[in-house]
Amino acid sequence: MQTKTVFQARGLTKIYQVGETEVYALRGVDLDLYQDELVVLLGASGSGKSTLLNILGGLDIPTTGQVIYDGNDLVKATERQLTDYRRYHVGFVFQFYNLIPSLTAKENVAVVTEIARDPMTPEQALEMVHLANRMDHFPAQLSGGEQQRVAIARAIAKRPAVLLCDEPTGALDSSTGVVVLEALARINRELGTTTAVITHNAVIAAMADRVIHLSDGRIASIDQNTEKIAPQRLSW
Amino acid sequence: MTSLSRKLFRDLWLMRGQALAIAIVIASGIATFVMSVSTLDALQSTRTQVYTDYRFADIFTSLKRAPQQVIKRIEAIPGVREVESRVVAEVRMEVESFPDPVIGRLVSIPDHGESKMNALYMRQGHKPKANKQEVLLSEPFANAHQLKPGDAITAIINGSRQKLRVSGVALSPEYIYSLSPGAMFPDNQRYGILWMNRKMLATAYDMDGAFNDVVLKLMDNAQATDVIERLDRILARYGGVGAYQRKDQQSHHFLSQEFRGLETMATLFPAIFLGVAAFLLNVVVTRLVNTQREQIAVLKAFGYSNSTVGLHYLQLVLLITSVGVVAGLFVGRRLGQGLGNIYMEFFHFPYLDYRLATSTILLAFLISFSAAIIGTLHAVYRAAKLPPAEAMRLEPPVRYQESLLERSGVKRYLSQPSRMILRHISRKPLKTCFTILGIAMAGAIMMLGKFQGDSIDYMLHVQYDLAQREDLTVSFTEPTSRRAEYELARLPGVQYTESFRHVPIRIRFKHYQRRTILQAFDNSTALHRILDSHLQPFDLPKQGIVLNDYLAKLLNVSIGDRVIVEVLSGRRPTLELEVMNTVGEMIGIPAYMHMDSLNRLLGEGEAINGVFLAVDQQYQDTIYRQLQNRPRVAGITITDAAVQSAHDTMGETILIFTFVNTLLAAGIAFGVIYNSVRIAYSERSRELASLRVLGFSHSEIAYILLGELALLTLIAIPIGFVIGVQICSIIATEMDSDLYRIPLIIESGSYTFSATVVLVSAILSSLIIWQRLKQLDLVAVLKTRE
Repeated sequence: MQTKTVFQARGLTKIYQVGETEVYALRGVDLDLYQDELVVLLGASGSGKSTLLNILGGLDIPTTGQVIYDGNDLVKATERQLTDYRRYHVGFVFQFYNLIPSLTAKENVAVVTEIARDPMTPEQALEMVHLANRMDHFPAQLSGGEQQRVAIARAIAKRPAVLLCDEPTGALDSSTGVVVLEALARINRELGTTTAVITHNAVIAAMADRVIHLSDGRIASIDQNTEKIAPQRLSW
Repeated sequence: MTSLSRKLFRDLWLMRGQALAIAIVIASGIATFVMSVSTLDALQSTRTQVYTDYRFADIFTSLKRAPQQVIKRIEAIPGVREVESRVVAEVRMEVESFPDPVIGRLVSIPDHGESKMNALYMRQGHKPKANKQEVLLSEPFANAHQLKPGDAITAIINGSRQKLRVSGVALSPEYIYSLSPGAMFPDNQRYGILWMNRKMLATAYDMDGAFNDVVLKLMDNAQATDVIERLDRILARYGGVGAYQRKDQQSHHFLSQEFRGLETMATLFPAIFLGVAAFLLNVVVTRLVNTQREQIAVLKAFGYSNSTVGLHYLQLVLLITSVGVVAGLFVGRRLGQGLGNIYMEFFHFPYLDYRLATSTILLAFLISFSAAIIGTLHAVYRAAKLPPAEAMRLEPPVRYQESLLERSGVKRYLSQPSRMILRHISRKPLKTCFTILGIAMAGAIMMLGKFQGDSIDYMLHVQYDLAQREDLTVSFTEPTSRRAEYELARLPGVQYTESFRHVPIRIRFKHYQRRTILQAFDNSTALHRILDSHLQPFDLPKQGIVLNDYLAKLLNVSIGDRVIVEVLSGRRPTLELEVMNTVGEMIGIPAYMHMDSLNRLLGEGEAINGVFLAVDQQYQDTIYRQLQNRPRVAGITITDAAVQSAHDTMGETILIFTFVNTLLAAGIAFGVIYNSVRIAYSERSRELASLRVLGFSHSEIAYILLGELALLTLIAIPIGFVIGVQICSIIATEMDSDLYRIPLIIESGSYTFSATVVLVSAILSSLIIWQRLKQLDLVAVLKTRE
């Protein structure tokens, strides 16, 4: 039913050398991500979900396998190409926000719009996460939820093809987390940005189009949600 | 080994780059300290030992001629322990295969037995045998001409050419540093000390049963000034030129002057280095305690006491410091020995008693530990006091605000990375200031090495290119009529002559007094000129006296004051003269008068002491030969040779000094810069990695880190210039003496040099960080909280 494939990952394996033992983070993962969809990657800690996200985001390189994005294999990309890929095509949201403490909310967004092609303005991006009134605050002056919303604004301001969120609510309480999820859902709906959220919180799966269960470095199952539940109705 | 000490060593290993950088700065400081203190120690203790062993005299004076019985009267002066009369004469000499004029100072030694004072240290050969034409040579002179016992030299003694056999080579406490009269730097080829048996010398100079030089040893409680006053009174009618104390004795005075320089070095440099080291330790330990908050909490939760935790960090500090001190001790010892050897080329001690005193080693540890503890006290105290529960929690987020520069309106022109740089710098203004100050200090020290060379070049330029432009200076054995000048003017190759009159004087104003030379000239200033403070030649007034400005300062006189001038030769009149002007010369403390006015006041007719000559280079050797044969010629000074010996003397010491300085200051520059950027790196690696994830390239994040460094360095360089000029000026002032004043001349080369070394250090540190940034772990930062 989805039309366009944004990512096509085939046979992804990632082996970490820890001392003398080899640790398999991924054991042959095949995965497609489609235009406009919101996917939740669900799995316990150590299931390989972060590794998968890092590979999709161009932060890590698989031991074997390929990731096709826009006709190119990310695995074969140079350092420079990966930088460009992150710069122009991917938006990241992290568990601990990773805002620049010395820049205000607006400037944290501007740091990305200044180097992007055809970005929205920082004001527009912050408006989308309902933070227009907190624009000139420094991260230290914002709550955790607000900081995460700034991080989302920063990630979407470049109009990325895909938004990758690694435990975006992991450091937040339930009600604040819901506000952040609402922001993600709204952006997915309004901008049509393919969004992948990784979490170990099964409740969040209900807001996704598809839920991909990861376990022990493999895709255990993929569920298609027939009915998406609005984030406001979630709680944990 | 306890677990805590194991942690200590592992922490140290993890921060080895920074620890090493700090240790280098400490080592640099301790090296300069040990070098200067140990050399000073060696020179001072050697001097004291040599003075004692060879019975260096306390009072010195020379006179025209006095019968030997006068010694009895001198011995009767209260406070005098011993008196020794001598015959001393300046002679022209001829050394085979050396065409230039050579002056020797012949000093008598007792025919039998040891001198009572200023005894000789025999390096080679034996003392002259009675009734033989034998001399002892001073070692530097012998070495300069490669003369050894058994060789012969020729001296023109009282007009007759005499062949003297070298019986030995010796050193004297009186001539540890020896200069020919009027010279600024030693020239061992053209000036030497010779010792001869009293009888032989006395006969040659018609001094049988008489003397023309006397040295005294005083009792411990004697008042030197009282003795001098009585001595001068006794010798006045015998042509005494005024006695002086040991502190005014040339060799001793030079030594003391040099010691003062070393003392300055021993305090100024270590203070700078250790100050910088204390700051670096402060920064590094503060950072360490911050990053180890959780570890501190765990240790305390498990029952480690505050003092154990505090001590743990203190040990780390002292360990780094110790590494620096030990390295500094080794390097300083080597440098000290090297410096001692250089000094031995100018200071002719029989031996140099160099050793690194235990007290110096202890002091090195003491001052370094104190600096380190003062620098880290606050951080260590914080670690010790941190309550475990609070330590468990994360450090409160860092609060930033817009920098002053941005608020001034330039904000909109700045990219986000540039704003990050400015805000990071302005967040901890004190730390930023100290970093800038540290880098500036390194630049400042770098200016010192070249400064000395530049200043001395300038001093020589003023002295020999602008003021003393004569090629040769011929001085006569005694005041002579003007005819002598006309005779010299007629020699082939002599292009121009100017005559001069020099008389020894004691000049007084209120209770201040100084001995110096009063120089008189005509106002024919083609060769020898008097320069005002703007280095413009000016005419000597027909009346009154003109003083060197340093002499004026020593006497506390201003233009218009009247000074008392006691002439210490001839009829010895005492004159009262108005100070008409001051002269801004950098060498010596002469006073000047117009020749006519001096001759009028002395009432000795038209007398001159010597002549300045401009000569045709081609005729130079012929002129030397002609002059050698003139009995009344006491000495010939070649200006070029004087300049050359100045360069030779200064060249070596300054090169070494510059080299050592460069090395040490580069140590500071690197230490400060590397630490500053290394800490910034660890403080900011998380946000830099985040930016990498957001699509910033390696060079874009490097800009944020290295741009900050570049900004600090660029601010520091001009501040370094300013501090450098200040330190140079302190050193110049510290070195000021009646011998010379070092002008504050800093050529553009000094600035370039300073900036270059700082920039190279910055570039080197940047390269290291550039490499580190490549290895930034992008994945790890996303998973961790700061």
